Amino acid sequence: MSDAISWKKQNLISIEHLSVTEINTIFSLARAYKKATDSGQSKFNALEGKTVVNLFLEPSTRTRLAFEIASKRLSADSITISGVASSLSKGESLKDTAHNIVALGADIIIMRHSSSGSSEYLSRTIKTPIINAGDGSHAHPTQALLDAFTLMERLGDVKKKKVTILGDILFSRVARSNIHCLQKLGAHVTLAGPNTLVPKAFEAMGVRVSHNLKEALEDADAIMLLRIQHERQTSTHFPSISEYKTSFGLNERRAHWIKPNAIIMHPGPINRGVEIDSKLADSANSVILEQVKNGVFVRMAILHLCHSAYNKCKIKLPK
Amino acid sequence: MNQYLWIQNGLVIDPDNNREAVGEIFAKDGLIVKDLTDEEKDKATIYDAKNLVVAPGLVDIHVHFREPGQTHKEDIASGSRAAAAGGFTSVVCMPNTNPVCDSVGTLERIKASIEKESVIHIYTTGCLTIGMKGEQLCPTGQLKGAGVVALTDDGLCVQNNEIMRRAVEYATLHKLPIMDHCQDVSLTKDAVMNEGEVSLKLGLKGWPRAAEDIIVARNIILSELTGAHIHMQHVSSYHSVELLRNAKARGIPVTGEASPHHIEFTDECIGDYNTLFKMNPPLRTNKDRLALIEGLKDGTIDCIATDHAPHSNTEKDCEFDKAPFGIIGLENALASTLGTLFHNKELSLKEVIALMTHKGAEICNLPAGNLSIGARADICIFDPNKKWIVNGDDFKSKSRNCPWIGRTLRGQVKATYVEGKEVYRLRV
Repeated sequence: MSDAISWKKQNLISIEHLSVTEINTIFSLARAYKKATDSGQSKFNALEGKTVVNLFLEPSTRTRLAFEIASKRLSADSITISGVASSLSKGESLKDTAHNIVALGADIIIMRHSSSGSSEYLSRTIKTPIINAGDGSHAHPTQALLDAFTLMERLGDVKKKKVTILGDILFSRVARSNIHCLQKLGAHVTLAGPNTLVPKAFEAMGVRVSHNLKEALEDADAIMLLRIQHERQTSTHFPSISEYKTSFGLNERRAHWIKPNAIIMHPGPINRGVEIDSKLADSANSVILEQVKNGVFVRMAILHLCHSAYNKCKIKLPK
Repeated sequence: MNQYLWIQNGLVIDPDNNREAVGEIFAKDGLIVKDLTDEEKDKATIYDAKNLVVAPGLVDIHVHFREPGQTHKEDIASGSRAAAAGGFTSVVCMPNTNPVCDSVGTLERIKASIEKESVIHIYTTGCLTIGMKGEQLCPTGQLKGAGVVALTDDGLCVQNNEIMRRAVEYATLHKLPIMDHCQDVSLTKDAVMNEGEVSLKLGLKGWPRAAEDIIVARNIILSELTGAHIHMQHVSSYHSVELLRNAKARGIPVTGEASPHHIEFTDECIGDYNTLFKMNPPLRTNKDRLALIEGLKDGTIDCIATDHAPHSNTEKDCEFDKAPFGIIGLENALASTLGTLFHNKELSLKEVIALMTHKGAEICNLPAGNLSIGARADICIFDPNKKWIVNGDDFKSKSRNCPWIGRTLRGQVKATYVEGKEVYRLRV
């Protein structure tokens, strides 16, 4: 790998803003961090003396923890603020909260927020690097990057590969970011699930929309399952969880439709027995825990890159 | 002492009187007169309108002046001056103030302020139901007696069909039109923009056309049942245009308005979550936009109305889904409408002026919108071709939530007269 890494973006708001070259740059650095970590190194100095603030205004386990671990591995001080504990619950605006965090000396802000577009909005109001850890139903770029990273580890390349995303697409920021990321990398994306959660209008994004589960599953090289987002459904989009399970759950019977080596993915949290049977989630086809593991390395790469772009410093590969 | 006004050399366009010729306009003591005597001409204030259009003062039957209750956004003094700067001399205020205008007491308070503060003619509306709650009818007769020109629960469309039926039926007794913001709220919970490809991409909750279409259809049915005049505010959906066209062909007394933003912009304008393009009903697609223009051309949509809805910068400067709905438009409405309809060769200048003067006035039975002899000398003088850049710093409105700020528009108001008195003059 070449030593010179070129990176100009201080924010990561959405996959749409990234070029294929930039996506590959993230992957190269993530791969280097993974390799170094697997060889036994646990601390790196890219963010030494820096403060990373996790502004998590919506619940999160995996993403928040992965960002915290990634920050700590890069030697940053990592602080997490949750919605309930923040002044937002006292009526402070997001803009003012962010300005205060900047005034307190944050070097990077990682934000999760229930409003679509909130990261974009914040990036227009403050100069500190912003990393979007999920904004409403809009984007979750680091999840899509770690998903593609994991797929590429398994498949070598995702070009012309078929990926089916099954479940609640309407409310899913993971699905939207994955559509953009996978398409940029040359994969063919199919969205599947009930028509109320997977409207045909998604075809405008260049994907195939299928409401026939067999058709959507049988030619897929990878199947990405999404959970039903109870917290975002403000109206009734399907009759019940048990109906969903009956019609769209990936169970053992339907597992016969999929290719023997098809990869099963899930961004978590999993609702076992609803969108996926336990046996399949834990099968050899499943890369669910690899996704989680890779999430740390991909986020280390992103933190390193965005921080370097902001401080205009050279990006050195981990040794 | 008598007052005389003599506007010379302008292209007088008075669609209601089918007049379009270079000529003169005379006013005496606030009213249009046929001519002035030589002695009166000597005393007259003269305006040389060479190369300019002299039109009736513009009429906007849908504005929010926020008084009482939200005067940090706008009040009658600032709103009326914003209107005057846009060439408007008569406007109809919506009753969603705080408190809402559902009683004669509140109405008298608003009227007193209008009397004291306004530089133009401001007409009032009363709520359709008490507290705009959609439950109990307002004292229609009392409100009419105190001067309202229409009833509306603008913004909070009455959902219960029985209440709506009785409200519109009872309003016919008092010969008041009903203005309705057509929205089935069961279909628009938490919705912040048009439902479609753009909302899917942005991950924002969609407001489907069907929510408007269902209420437009209901209103047509209730209008046919009761004979009530129901006016559909800010029509945004192509299907609603078709419903209205069909209803009018059947002779049902319904009318409709379109806003300058719905005929110019689409949901694509929201771009990276720009809250200046967030309004209710939302901007829709090009198909809808073109259908609205067709509707204006064939008379299905009766008039242009701005839905001037001021909000402070602080209120609009936030996450898209948390921002309030609405934009202001009075000060650039003529220019943006001329751009969309006249300069784009959809309608003639005279037809556009008709949509912004007597057509709206007729819906609310206002004594406004023409330059007839004996009418109030309410006049708008403008240059239809002058290009200018919309600058929020020049606004008379208290608010700046205007998506046209920074845009170059064509057509500029030079002066506005109300009852023969100058209430606005462009300073250069």
